[in-house]
Amino acid sequence: MNSYSQAFDWLADPAHWSGADGIPQRLIEHLGYTGLTLLVAIVIALPVGLYIGHTGRGREIVVPFTGALRALPTLGLVILLALGLGIGILPPLIALVILALPPIIAGAYSGLESVDREVVDAARSVGFTGAGVLWRVEVPLAMPLIVGGIRSACLQVIATWTVAAFLPLGGLGRFLYDALPDQDYAKLLAGSILVIVLALLADGLFALIQRLVTPRGVRAGRTADIRTKTQSPTRKDPSWLAPEEA
Amino acid sequence: MARTRRGLTAAAGVLGLAALVLTGCSGNNGNPLSDDSGSKSSSDTITVGSAAFPEDAILAYIYADALSDAGVKTSVKANIGQRDRYIAALKDNEIQLVPEYTGNLLQFLDSSATATSSDDVYSALQTAVKSGGSGKLDAGKAEVLQQSPGQDADSYNVTKKFSDENHVTSLSDLKNVKGTLKVGANPEFATRPYGIPGLKKSYGVTATLTPISDSGGPNTLKALLDNSVQLADIYTTTPSIKQNNLVTLSDPQHLIGAQNIVPLISTKAASSKVTDTLNKVSAKITTDVLIDLNTKSSVDKQSSDAIAKAWVKANGF
Repeated sequence: MNSYSQAFDWLADPAHWSGADGIPQRLIEHLGYTGLTLLVAIVIALPVGLYIGHTGRGREIVVPFTGALRALPTLGLVILLALGLGIGILPPLIALVILALPPIIAGAYSGLESVDREVVDAARSVGFTGAGVLWRVEVPLAMPLIVGGIRSACLQVIATWTVAAFLPLGGLGRFLYDALPDQDYAKLLAGSILVIVLALLADGLFALIQRLVTPRGVRAGRTADIRTKTQSPTRKDPSWLAPEEA
Repeated sequence: MARTRRGLTAAAGVLGLAALVLTGCSGNNGNPLSDDSGSKSSSDTITVGSAAFPEDAILAYIYADALSDAGVKTSVKANIGQRDRYIAALKDNEIQLVPEYTGNLLQFLDSSATATSSDDVYSALQTAVKSGGSGKLDAGKAEVLQQSPGQDADSYNVTKKFSDENHVTSLSDLKNVKGTLKVGANPEFATRPYGIPGLKKSYGVTATLTPISDSGGPNTLKALLDNSVQLADIYTTTPSIKQNNLVTLSDPQHLIGAQNIVPLISTKAASSKVTDTLNKVSAKITTDVLIDLNTKSSVDKQSSDAIAKAWVKANGF
């Protein structure tokens, strides 16, 4: 436990909480990188995911492709991209966006697919257009899963941005890469703890958002009950049906 | 109720994961070298370790092959990690021999060492290794054999264009260059005596570090070539220096310590047969030999093992 107490001592040292290499600065950089990555990834992934979920088309191509993207080693990709693009922010940004795409796409299409087809049919039958069905029925009902995809991407992105400190970039990875060659294990562990805490906090925040965006009917956790109640008369009580069918 | 339970399970899962991650890095107790069999090498076998880069791995294989040809049982544990890892491995008797660099090993064992010329570094190193270097090795249980003429030292490099435009061929010319100089190097360059602080102290040059963790590899080279940095720390035996026509700045103040190749060995493994063989090998390893070995590795993509075998065969051990 000695290394832990040293790591907490390192964290408690006021000298590490100021300046260009201080914890607040590195945290802000890390959050900035993470936010930018998620923004770009959402802009690309959400339309793709919604298109697949809404139309049911493109699944055969996009699902295996994004699955394969998950297998790319991020650090290798950063190094490779930096050989072409130089040592700026672009190589890790691209690599991290690639990492963030699959969960967001998956969240979006599986969210739409999880919407009861009868609800969609009902919406159509009362006159919703395709776009209306998507934005006023499917997306609101799918919101918990859509946000869940972003939540999962966020967790991976926060943890993985650390590799970008291979290049001259900031963020919490700086503590890891700077500590390693100096055998400064207190700093190394402190940096890891900061990444873990940040990831847990962000995950908690997304859990909250997920709750907030869940439609009230779904949040009640009784979708199954509601469905059975509305469905049962159609099956069991012929009087509910139109006279000519009865 | 269902939701609460899910929430709890998730929270427990997250905490469990955090605990796993934390215990996973509990530092000194874990042994990254333990292999599946878990057995230490038997006493008559010399296990040669190496740092995690090809040149040191090639040298480890060369030592091992030359020793086997002399009738000594050997095995190789290449690419162990950085110096702290493989020195700890030598102390723990996981390995008995490792190809080392005089200057860096001396700095590692004695951070107050000031010697920079080959001979000074070597004699200071002999003392430091014997004393154990404040506990990093056990005192009296390890030694260095004869050093090679070949060196793989850090070196400050600039592009031919930068050199011509600013009339810079030596580190002492740098103080005349206007603007802030950026040095592309590993992060530790910020604090090492031959890095940013040394540049200021020995040559009066204020430079900032652009940390790139590839030890003067392709990303550092790319940064130098596209002028993201003006100076790059690249090892003298790296083929890219010649390939890209870089200018290696001379170092009249001996800022950069000598880095001759030297075998670091556990004293009980250093029989006269082993010592004689390794001394013969060391005598043949010049800087040009190192560049040649590295070119076979990084340019021709041959394996460390194969390069070493060919070299040992060609040199008649």
